[in-house]
Amino acid sequence: MSTDMNIVHDLASREYEWGFVTQIEEDRIRKGLDEDVIRTISTKKQEPEFMLEWRLNAYRYWAQQERAQAEPKWANVTFPPIDYQDIAYYSAPKQKKVLNSLDELDPEILRTYEKLGIPLAEQKLLANVAVDAVFDSVSVATTFKEKLAELGIIFCSFSEAVKNHPELVKKYLGSVVPHTDNFYAALNAAVFSDGSFVYVPKGVRCPMELSTYFRINAAETGQFERTLIIADEGAYVSYLEGCTAPMRDENQLHAAVVELVALDNAQIRYSTVQNWYPGDKNGKGGIYNFVTKRGKCLGRNSKISWTQVETGSAITWKYPSCILQGDNSVGEFYSVALTNNYQQADTGTKMIHLGKNTKSTIVSKGISAGHGQNTYRGMVKIMKGAEGARNYTQCDSLLIGDKCGAHTFPYIEVKNSSARMEHEAATSKIGEDQLFYLQQRGLKTEDAVSMIVNGFCKQVFRELPMEFAVEAQKLLSISLEGSVG
Amino acid sequence: MSLLEIKNLHVNVGGNEILKGIDLTVNAGEVHSIMGPNGSGKSTLAQVLARRDAYHVTEGSITFEGRDLLEMKPEEAACEGVFLAFQYPVEIPGIGNTYFLRSALNAQRKYRGQEEMDAMDFLPMFREKLALLEMDDKLMNRSLNEGFSGGEKKRNEILQMAVLEPRLAILDETDSGLDIDALRIVANGVNSLRSPERAMLVVTHYQRLLNYIVPDFVHVLVDGRIVRSGGKELALELEEKGYGWTEHEQTVGARA
Repeated sequence: MSTDMNIVHDLASREYEWGFVTQIEEDRIRKGLDEDVIRTISTKKQEPEFMLEWRLNAYRYWAQQERAQAEPKWANVTFPPIDYQDIAYYSAPKQKKVLNSLDELDPEILRTYEKLGIPLAEQKLLANVAVDAVFDSVSVATTFKEKLAELGIIFCSFSEAVKNHPELVKKYLGSVVPHTDNFYAALNAAVFSDGSFVYVPKGVRCPMELSTYFRINAAETGQFERTLIIADEGAYVSYLEGCTAPMRDENQLHAAVVELVALDNAQIRYSTVQNWYPGDKNGKGGIYNFVTKRGKCLGRNSKISWTQVETGSAITWKYPSCILQGDNSVGEFYSVALTNNYQQADTGTKMIHLGKNTKSTIVSKGISAGHGQNTYRGMVKIMKGAEGARNYTQCDSLLIGDKCGAHTFPYIEVKNSSARMEHEAATSKIGEDQLFYLQQRGLKTEDAVSMIVNGFCKQVFRELPMEFAVEAQKLLSISLEGSVG
Repeated sequence: MSLLEIKNLHVNVGGNEILKGIDLTVNAGEVHSIMGPNGSGKSTLAQVLARRDAYHVTEGSITFEGRDLLEMKPEEAACEGVFLAFQYPVEIPGIGNTYFLRSALNAQRKYRGQEEMDAMDFLPMFREKLALLEMDDKLMNRSLNEGFSGGEKKRNEILQMAVLEPRLAILDETDSGLDIDALRIVANGVNSLRSPERAMLVVTHYQRLLNYIVPDFVHVLVDGRIVRSGGKELALELEEKGYGWTEHEQTVGARA
């Protein structure tokens, strides 16, 4: 009898650790979406006119799409239709006045972040990480702001950027992901309430990891944040994001947009550890994570790397992509996506080669356990002018048990005959032989599985910043707990 | 008390009875060799002792240091001191050899209530064992058995045994696929681990290995039964006369 037969399908014995709710007064607007709601959001955020126009424009496009029922339906995921009028599009912790320092932040929120292990108090910060914390719809705290400002680095909430750096926002907002890009991107453009903004000036190497921590707290709301990162000529920045949400029986929508712009010789590393509430073991509740992330290597010799570890969410729909416009620019995508219980993930990347001698690397590791369905969907497009372009793609799937699924949809489009493409793919099951070998040396079943899975993901983990890699490994073990009996 | 006591052991694999009543007693300090033709049940015996669950014990008992071995999970048996050097060691990508071995050692130490060993204490000990097996430490930076030659894999098994220091070591055809130099190195490694506290069960087709690892007892397994037991000279006799000889004797014996 094989171990596969013995794999117990009673999964997720361990509770989601981050599922608590913070009791806090909210400032939220009524459910539903129309032009008035957009105006209310814009007013609440005291935005300049150009932002309101931008939002309304996006809203009108989205409304038209919605009437046409033009939600993307090609993804390999299933869920009941979303009633967009049954969601509140803005919720913020009530704050009486503008904060001058972290000490003035509501202690309940500070406690929440402490519970999550995110230190906001700068003096307690051991790791060299500057944090922007987004609680429901708004950014509540950004640390190390002043230290970064000395170098000319702007790291602040999106709202602040709109107020203090409108010229940068105007120039780059929507330049990588226009509102017409897709249904969820249009929705985000219309209603996004906050997010992080980063600008690293010419020739500056950001000395610390920048990080945003996203927390959904309020019920029956959606979270729509927007992140914009610009690395000017020769600049370097490494950015991390993490996310959690309370356990709730209903599904909550998270539709974010991330835009990255790298100018000549600039480099952006963007790492995600996504741990939104995945739903319970029967597939009830959980976050719908419908996210558009894209980077543009605008300048020559620029480089953008996406590294993601996706363990949470009921449904993940996400394709962090690179537009390789500058000559010699480089795009990378390293991904670990885990689906356990009834989680579904349709994730991958797009590498669009426009410039000469552009290079892209894709390493995707999908792990399915329980009834999880895991899809890799990737596109590599070599355009006519992309002389000497190269791509290497490796996508591997690991199956644990016999009720889960792994699917791979690679699309390759080559319009320049000088392109060199490599594609490797493999699907394997955690073998009984491998498990028994490790057990025979004294390792417990769960430790053995976790070791095999971590080994499988090693190529991706080593792309993560150190502290994050450790966290990702732990998260993976916890997410897999109970998947093998 | 004997270290290992097997009584009337019957084992089924996929509905076929492979072991048909094995009796075997092994005391600490002894080296026993199990010899026999292909398909006689040698590897099955080794796997059952390591508690592989695909092998169903239908009758009989195995006690290890007085405890019921059949009640133990594979990792418990390992932590109690049962070590199997695999005939076909598996490759596991992404797990470093050194990291794996230290994790295994610490899992066993934890089980026994001993303190875990940190890298500072582990490395000097590990280097010593590497030298014993004449192994290149560059191999240790690679993934577990990945890209190892057949001989390197077998040496790695004995290296693991040297680090884990089991009470009972079962060597399942460790000699197969080894050239004469590798055979000598592996045998040296094994011999250096012989001790009054430790017993070994050496499973092999050929007498060749037993020139290097000299057993105290030899048992001949044919069709799921031990048909003959004796001293080391039995191995030589087998080499000369072949397994057919024992089968013949068995039939004659049955008629008499």
